[in-house]
Amino acid sequence: MLAWTIYISFLAAAFLMFLPGDNPRPAKVTALLAALAGLACALMGVIQCREHAGAGVLTDVVNAPWIAELGIRYHLAADGISLVLVLLTGIAAVAGVLFSWNVETRSREFFALYLALIGGVYGVFLSVDLFLLFVFYEVAIIPKYFLIAIWGSTRREYGAMKLALYSFVGSAMVLVGLIAAYVVAGAKTFDLVELAKHSHSFPAAFQNWAFIVVFVGFAILAGLWPFHTWAPTGHVAAPTAASMLLAGVVMKLGAYGALRVAMTLFPIGLHTWQNTIAALAVVGIVYGALVALVQQDFKFVIGYSSVSHMGFVLLGLMTLTQIGLSGAVLQMFSHGIIAGLLFAVVGRMVYDRTHTRDLAELQPMNLNQVLPFAAATFVVGCAASMGLPGFSGFIAELQVLVGAWQTFPVFAVLAAAGILAGVAYTLRVLLKAFFAEGVVDARARPRCERISLPERAGALLLLAATLIVGLCPRLLLDLITPSLNSPLMKPLWKAGLP
Amino acid sequence: MILTFLTFVPLTAGVLVALLGPDRQKLGRNLAFAASLLALALAVALWALFDNARGGLQFVERAPWVPSLGIEYYVGVDGLGLLTVLLSALIVPFAMLASWKIGNNPKLYFSLVLFLESGLFGTFTAQNFIHWFVFWELSLIPAFFLIRMWGGPNRSSAAFQFFVYTMAGSVAMLAAFLALYAATGAFDFAQLAQAAHRGGLFAGHKTLATAVFLGVLLGLAVKVPLVPFHTWLPAAYTEAPTGTAMLLTGAMSKMGVYGFLRILWPIFPEQMRAWRLPLLVLAAATIVFPAAAAFAQKDLKRMVAYSSINHLGYCLLGIFAAARLTDGTVAWTDEQAAALNGVMLQMFNHGLTASALFYFVGLIEQRGGALRGLNDFGGLRQAAPVFCGLMGIALFASLGLPGLNGFPGEFLIFKGALQLASLTALCSIPGLLLTAIFLLTILQRVFSGPLPAKWSGWPDLTMGERLTALPVITLIFVLGLFPQLLTGVANPAVMQLLKLF
Repeated sequence: MLAWTIYISFLAAAFLMFLPGDNPRPAKVTALLAALAGLACALMGVIQCREHAGAGVLTDVVNAPWIAELGIRYHLAADGISLVLVLLTGIAAVAGVLFSWNVETRSREFFALYLALIGGVYGVFLSVDLFLLFVFYEVAIIPKYFLIAIWGSTRREYGAMKLALYSFVGSAMVLVGLIAAYVVAGAKTFDLVELAKHSHSFPAAFQNWAFIVVFVGFAILAGLWPFHTWAPTGHVAAPTAASMLLAGVVMKLGAYGALRVAMTLFPIGLHTWQNTIAALAVVGIVYGALVALVQQDFKFVIGYSSVSHMGFVLLGLMTLTQIGLSGAVLQMFSHGIIAGLLFAVVGRMVYDRTHTRDLAELQPMNLNQVLPFAAATFVVGCAASMGLPGFSGFIAELQVLVGAWQTFPVFAVLAAAGILAGVAYTLRVLLKAFFAEGVVDARARPRCERISLPERAGALLLLAATLIVGLCPRLLLDLITPSLNSPLMKPLWKAGLP
Repeated sequence: MILTFLTFVPLTAGVLVALLGPDRQKLGRNLAFAASLLALALAVALWALFDNARGGLQFVERAPWVPSLGIEYYVGVDGLGLLTVLLSALIVPFAMLASWKIGNNPKLYFSLVLFLESGLFGTFTAQNFIHWFVFWELSLIPAFFLIRMWGGPNRSSAAFQFFVYTMAGSVAMLAAFLALYAATGAFDFAQLAQAAHRGGLFAGHKTLATAVFLGVLLGLAVKVPLVPFHTWLPAAYTEAPTGTAMLLTGAMSKMGVYGFLRILWPIFPEQMRAWRLPLLVLAAATIVFPAAAAFAQKDLKRMVAYSSINHLGYCLLGIFAAARLTDGTVAWTDEQAAALNGVMLQMFNHGLTASALFYFVGLIEQRGGALRGLNDFGGLRQAAPVFCGLMGIALFASLGLPGLNGFPGEFLIFKGALQLASLTALCSIPGLLLTAIFLLTILQRVFSGPLPAKWSGWPDLTMGERLTALPVITLIFVLGLFPQLLTGVANPAVMQLLKLF
């Protein structure tokens, strides 16, 4: 069932490419149906694999030879971590289509590229063969470039190019590391489970450089400071749906790769670099929050907040504790949903109507009167983003902090300070964009069309996801926590943990 | 199930009211009021079913929530919880009536009040930190928007200050509890108290224990507030619309005092004793300085706001005074019990009296065309005798006249404190005097003297306003004459607290 998430997305993308005419309606409907079908497959897959995942077992989806000479196989499988991220992708994909309902220019191509991106993302989260994973990873990068360069806004060529260059440098680093691991293991296989068995016999010196190369290669995409600069510019340049996907799932690709590949293949290297990377993650948390605090562009605030929140994912990974890691995975899900929601409000609900993202220009518009639904959505989104209890971000960041407290107490305190800065910038942007009553100017109040039905549906979908997971985190934690002991994750715990 | 029901009735009703169409304002308001009455009925039922003879938690419900972190859905009430729940359930309908004619999207206003009520109930019943914290924060957001959207001219900065102060306190508290969790593996209040009782939570790490204690203390001290963490309060209370100010002082400030008794007292007895002296000094400052500040104000609402800090100072004085270790020669149990019983009475009675005072000040403001200066009025007694009489009762209750509800609590607190912490208690007495003076000044300047010509048509209380004030005025007398109605509930809880100390 799970494999169909990939096939449906690519088939729909191909279908759209060959769809005659330039009428946006059939394109939109096709994309929505494909995204919904993907989400349905993801949900059914989760239900099917739930018991296996709960027992920490890897469920094989497809396992067939592909390039036999090199030992490359078409091997898709899922444990709880993949399931959670596949589910995230499904939700984000549907929401993204709903928030792109107003794309009228070249909409066929837009949705084709969009679905190709989604297919690639599903593929990465389900691949167990490293080569396959890498192929899907590249597939996901290319549509992103076009989505931004063609349908983007502010400095779109610059943003798209920067993002593509960063991504390709990252992939190149990953590729070098992977090939090295393949050669050093000498087992003629790219299968993660097989390679993981060798991971403790890799020489330490090799692991030390291979780890950092592969980890950073992936973590660039996760917004690891100081390699994060593509993220704010890319988010700002991208059209709404692309920002949603970029923050919602593409940054998760990086974190997922860092966890699944770099950390499990090179556990000794991981221990060497653990403190350094944790320090960078904390810098990212605090720096992202502080920069967000002084931005004048609405979308830049959310862009930098993504850097800050992804810092929690990386910090959680580096704690190397069960609680910190499960917090990191939950935070991937949580941030995917919340960032999607915030970008949807900024890009679709506000920018597409007011044509400005300058906070100074938005202030006198008193948008809470003009767009009450957008204001309400943004209030709840901000509460979730601040990590208020009851929303998914709370349990996720709480677990990361508990894990960090066990491994590096000082970083835990600094990260907690980052949360405070997060409260400050979130509140600031909320008040400036929607509730600035002191400087209201009736003339500046724009005439806006009402929030449309697809927008409402998308917002409710994302709000429901963050609330349900926040109130009942066991739904996902029961998948994540046992999977930390699945065969893919074993090497992490063999490295002689304290 | 009754506690879960109690918590979720306002929450569900709040969501329903918020979802009504914009043209259904009246319906939304009435629905919200009905829900708050239903919650009050449930709270009264709780009180009727509560077994006074039993110490410890009653109506307990627990279910695992996030087992990997030791987080549970865990509710239950003892005497302390019951009193605060009852108080909140009483204040909310009162505050709703006070805001009955609020303009600018009343539906949203009333649904936010319901969210706030749910936050209050959750805070006063939760027994697991994270569960408690969910509701502690849940109450903050509606309060922020109530001030921000319906407040006075400076609402913007007042709401911002209120939010940031409280949030900073919350984060400190959360960090402290994470450290506690890392040390003990528990978020459960009772488990943590037992671990503390068995000999230290941090096994010899004195500084860490102190830091954690101070983190929790900060979170609670901002909420009560304890001087010098009170600076957000005058602005927030003054800018808030009348009904919201009533909620803030009547119910939300009790969250802080409740936290002192539910969390700090049982879990950090050692640190409470070690820090008793500086805390006593701050409590005395919380009593004296705001009383002096109130004395210097010209704005009636601001005066009442400062007097609120002053009255909560008595609660803190009682708690800190009671945190005295029994030394070999004298058993202080009687005095400690007196002081803590006094604290619980004071919490309840201050909630009633202070919200009544804000209600009356709100009425003055409404009739005076947004004027509420101490010197803007005079002689109103001639024009509005009933108004004067009822507000006078509230003022006298607030200054602690025997026979009215303010007296028993303050009496018991001072009875205990004068022996447990004689010097601090003596130093706090000027606070009592100043309170008496400024409350009488209000009575004098506003209601006595010649009636200015422009106020000659000052309307007396309407029937609706009389009926709104009636329940609270009745309670002021009843609880003043029969304080045992409250002490009967409070005393077993006090004994339980003393056992834990």
